[in-house]
Amino acid sequence: MNSLFEEYIRKEALPTLFCPGCGNGIVQQAAIRAIDKLGIRENTALVSGIGCSSWIPCYINMDVMHTIHGRALAFATGLKLAQPDKNVMVFTGDGDCLAIGGNHFIHAAGRNIDITVIMINNYIYGMTGGQKSPTTPMNAVTKTSPFGSIDYPLDGCALANTLGASYVARWTTAHPIQLEKSIKEGIETKGFSYIEVLAQCPVQGGKNVYGEKEPAAILRKYRDMAKEGTVSLGVLKSEKTKEEYIERLRKKETL
Amino acid sequence: MAIIKIDKTSCKGCDICYAVCPKKIFVRSQNRNQYGTNMPEVVNPENCTYCTMCERMCPDGAILVERGEIIEDED
Repeated sequence: MNSLFEEYIRKEALPTLFCPGCGNGIVQQAAIRAIDKLGIRENTALVSGIGCSSWIPCYINMDVMHTIHGRALAFATGLKLAQPDKNVMVFTGDGDCLAIGGNHFIHAAGRNIDITVIMINNYIYGMTGGQKSPTTPMNAVTKTSPFGSIDYPLDGCALANTLGASYVARWTTAHPIQLEKSIKEGIETKGFSYIEVLAQCPVQGGKNVYGEKEPAAILRKYRDMAKEGTVSLGVLKSEKTKEEYIERLRKKETL
Repeated sequence: MAIIKIDKTSCKGCDICYAVCPKKIFVRSQNRNQYGTNMPEVVNPENCTYCTMCERMCPDGAILVERGEIIEDED
């Protein structure tokens, strides 16, 4: 087993419930590497909602809060206000963050509170059986859109950018080194950091959503997409001077 | 020479490691992991460049790349 996994994973909970080829493990490892490099294991709390991607922190041997569906950001805001010294990281999925928790996302990003959000976007509701999510691409056939989706997909990065988050980045699971660097920068940034990771769901998504079935082929497709520029990848916004929510709160308290 | 260990209990047989290795040192084998799917086997570990891409891209953290003995030239 990987030496970092040996140190950080709750071995009594193994094996993980992720399907073979799921992208969540790659994101989990990138997050563990970022936490390990910064040396903030004792001073970090991980929060997650409901969904496949929200199981990521539950296997990590750190302070973890597994909360109700869509409300991970609301719980994380409360945790950050109660313990402002802790680094709060939120692991959430596309359904959890943009569909049922969309309103919480809007307000947390608008407040610019110091939380690092890692949104694992696999374009589909994986845990409940492959229904259409807000980010599902046009014409994708899913269980709830059998003749092809007719909705325009929702762009979480553009939403976070508009609402005034301090740090916005998007990577795929085919870029683990860049993703680790982005998570590190996101934790170091004072303010709302939103990191979207395009992941693969070979079991529920597969050929209808990505055009490929095998996990390795989906990863290759993501790499090609990055080369062609069909999705905008990279650090999309980094504004480190913007005032953060708790700093503004402290100013009011001293008055 | 690199020592590449693959954990039998963690591997789920997703075949990502075959695709990400730039030197193609993983091959399919008849060994079964605990899920009953085929595990990768390491051939020619002396070609390994320690990029650790397999370690980073394994979703279950089953691969460990260790640096073995470094054989130095006398010159």
